[in-house]
Amino acid sequence: MKLTVWTYEGPPHVGAMRVATAMKGLHYVLHAPQGDTYADLLFTMIERRNHRPPVTYTTFQARDLGADTANLFKTACQEAVDRFKPQAIIVGASCTAELIQDDPGGMAETMDLGIPVIPLELPSYQRKENFGADETFFQIVKHLSKPQGRTNRITCNILGPTALGFRNRDDVEEITGLLSDLGIVVNVVAPLNATPADIARLPAAHFNVLLYPETGEAAARWLEKNHDQPFTKVVPIGAGATRDFIAELARITGKPLAYDESRLRLPWWSASVDSTYLTGKRVFLFGDGSHVMAMARVARDEMGFEVIGMGCYNREMARPLRAMAKEYGVEALITDDYLEVERTLEELSPEMILGTQMERHIGKRLGIPCAVISAPVHVQDFPARYSPVMGFEGANVLFDTLVHPLVMGLEEHLLTMFREDFEFHDEAGASHHGGHATRRIAEPDQEVAARQPAQDNAPPDLSISDEAKEEPASGSDVLVWLADAERELKKIPFFVRGKARRNTESYAAEKGLQKISVETLYEAKAHYAR
Amino acid sequence: MNAPTLPVGGGCRTAPVLKERGQREVFCGLTGIIWLHRKMQDAFFLVVGSRTCAHLLQSAAGVMIFAEPRFGTAILEETDLAGLADSQKEVDRVVEQLLARRPDIRQLFLVGSCPSEVIKIDLSRAAERLSAKHAPHVRVLNYSGSGIETTFTQGEDAALACMVPVLPETDARELVVVGALPDVVEDQMIALLSAMGIDNVRCLPAQRIDGETGVGPNTVFALAQPFLGDTHAALERRGARHIPAPFPFGEEGTTAWLAAIAAEFDVPAQTFEAVTDAPRARARKAVAQASEHLNGKSVFFFPDSQLEIPLARFLTRECGMTAIEVGSPYIHDAIVGPDLDLLPQGPVISEGQDVEKQLDRARAARADLTVCGLGLANPLEAEGLATKWAIELVFTPVHFYEQAGDLAGLFSRPLRRKSILKVEAAE
Repeated sequence: MKLTVWTYEGPPHVGAMRVATAMKGLHYVLHAPQGDTYADLLFTMIERRNHRPPVTYTTFQARDLGADTANLFKTACQEAVDRFKPQAIIVGASCTAELIQDDPGGMAETMDLGIPVIPLELPSYQRKENFGADETFFQIVKHLSKPQGRTNRITCNILGPTALGFRNRDDVEEITGLLSDLGIVVNVVAPLNATPADIARLPAAHFNVLLYPETGEAAARWLEKNHDQPFTKVVPIGAGATRDFIAELARITGKPLAYDESRLRLPWWSASVDSTYLTGKRVFLFGDGSHVMAMARVARDEMGFEVIGMGCYNREMARPLRAMAKEYGVEALITDDYLEVERTLEELSPEMILGTQMERHIGKRLGIPCAVISAPVHVQDFPARYSPVMGFEGANVLFDTLVHPLVMGLEEHLLTMFREDFEFHDEAGASHHGGHATRRIAEPDQEVAARQPAQDNAPPDLSISDEAKEEPASGSDVLVWLADAERELKKIPFFVRGKARRNTESYAAEKGLQKISVETLYEAKAHYAR
Repeated sequence: MNAPTLPVGGGCRTAPVLKERGQREVFCGLTGIIWLHRKMQDAFFLVVGSRTCAHLLQSAAGVMIFAEPRFGTAILEETDLAGLADSQKEVDRVVEQLLARRPDIRQLFLVGSCPSEVIKIDLSRAAERLSAKHAPHVRVLNYSGSGIETTFTQGEDAALACMVPVLPETDARELVVVGALPDVVEDQMIALLSAMGIDNVRCLPAQRIDGETGVGPNTVFALAQPFLGDTHAALERRGARHIPAPFPFGEEGTTAWLAAIAAEFDVPAQTFEAVTDAPRARARKAVAQASEHLNGKSVFFFPDSQLEIPLARFLTRECGMTAIEVGSPYIHDAIVGPDLDLLPQGPVISEGQDVEKQLDRARAARADLTVCGLGLANPLEAEGLATKWAIELVFTPVHFYEQAGDLAGLFSRPLRRKSILKVEAAE
């Protein structure tokens, strides 16, 4: 048993639902108890889908367990096929049904339903949501794709976008447009909006564009092996990666590809003097492996941030992410334990987090701004406007996304110059973020106030147990901050205060000092000046 | 004079009930933890279940409450299923870990789930052992919130029912109000009862273990929520007596509920009127204002929280609506009987669910307002039906006089919104 508070990924059958819900003309018959239907609301509420997910739940109850759950499955399966008339069905079990071992796949295959039946084996007690999506899509491709000749023109498939994916809708549109500009026609996008008949046509393309390795890699590998279709390895997030992606396309197609960068604004926006203040901002990245790795490059090479740590929650990506972290000279954090991520953030106290909605909430509590770059998703990750993160427009979107949470250049200076202003103080937050300016209260410990901003929705008793929060920063149990140094520290704006404290303490420790004075603070500042 | 008038054509108590069996689009009982853990401030709910249970709890509230909550999941792993790990020892280990982390916890609920029930992990044995070990600081109880046994609000019923046997014995003549209410609503209720001279009102659940309620042969109890069948039975087993009444939704329901208690405690009619006249008038006025958009409209209830019958009674009698179908996961006649008596004949009363068939009926009926769960609301809106998501009725203060207008407002807002939006393309 593993004690869990929040999870980054749902169970594998939710991954299968992401594939089924993305597709058209496919139905999922899920052997599951009452209550598992909660997953429908992820799609209808978070993603605002206007259709129910195409899923039939057998809804067995305790009294059925001794009787005939198998028959219940068969009835549900037949009724679903009669009512929804899908081109194919996928069948499987949720965690509870896995335990009663009815073998839904075997049963459905013997039912003579007149359409392809694709059985899913998703081990609920070992694997998670991304695996479920990847495996389901792979099984669908394996069962439905048909050998055939290539199209005359150069075509590709786009693999991996699903329902509930992070910005998948707009990424697909952006990349489809980019490919079209390069003279490459998209044969099929899958699973998003694909029908089983479309899946059958996959092998007609010359190669595959794998946009989302988390949910499409098994299918891409199978198509490479069985239909001789190479697939792209570069995820086109950011200006540099998009250029590399185009270079990779040129290698695969064997043609020089001319492209137009006139819409790409990130390089100039980043080079213009207004962005100088972004230099060396210390950022921590966490999310799914693919997004984190792509965003680390954007953060360091295209925004001029300093990457101080990175991690992912999906172990499947641990190896490449560790390699990249090593190259960046930072530790890789591979965990699906939300509390461990929180502890790491408290220790490192970055100036900004690039994370998921979970890290956004951690950041809110710690007073660290956060830009969301990866699933798990929230209703806010489905904006009404066009908002890709891939391709050239995606790079533009990312520039805005990464700048928005920060206090802007001149404002940052003003805060530094006039720290004691009663309404323009650092706890008031960035002036372009409405609704949470708080008047400075004459409180003995303003740092605590800054770390638990008043706008936080969480009532105090919900907050993380105090032991973690009050744990002194490393070394401070032997170091003593003198009162005037402590006061001086509080004059430093909150978004760099954590760094100043840590730097001063490590400097003091290095020098073998026991007490920290104002002098030490500024010695340390000079020492670490860049 | 305080008794509500019965419908002229008769009520729904004897109406035939359409019983259905099939796919259910409802939450399981674990969902109750979302509000119970907020209500009981020294309690922790530990679900012994799967990743699905953890994911449900995280998603069910519609919003995620990302702070360390007072609930968690001990996720079963392969070794637990293969019998390689002793489940009792594993529960002990996780509980030790949890209590070390949260020394403020006084009551711990071990909550069974579908997988823990199927593989038969004996949580009552674990609760007994752990209770003995951690007494008197922590009391450990257990109940099942599994989907194979409980539907949505039945989870709260199971949680409260498991507390009843350990409530201290008392001979005091006391009123216990059963069902988790928002704090503000609970305070209003206690103020009303106290003004009538009924003091020492106890609540189940109490906010803290020390504020606890005793029970015995002189206890009378009133239910604040209609889904508390098992708790009702458990209290009767302890010798307590139920005061049946319509539920305190709307002006009429609140008055009838209070009147039943007043009668039990021999409150003089004059006192009752003195206490209730002003809030009654306020409630009537508020409901009249808020129900402007509801008057003359029809409503269709999908089964969800078991609040459907009392709410249909409120909407039909106080807001001028017509009910087409009133679906409920379960119908306990002894509990919702008084509401059924008052609900005018006409609607289909259905129990259980076959969601596809019910959707066919809802599409045929095209009610002005369809009350349903979150999984169905947007798809039905896309088909042109105005909907009210049912879960909000459980998460919002809606009981008693001062909330009567808000309750009507919850139903009228979708209709009002539909009438003000001009977002369709011109024809």
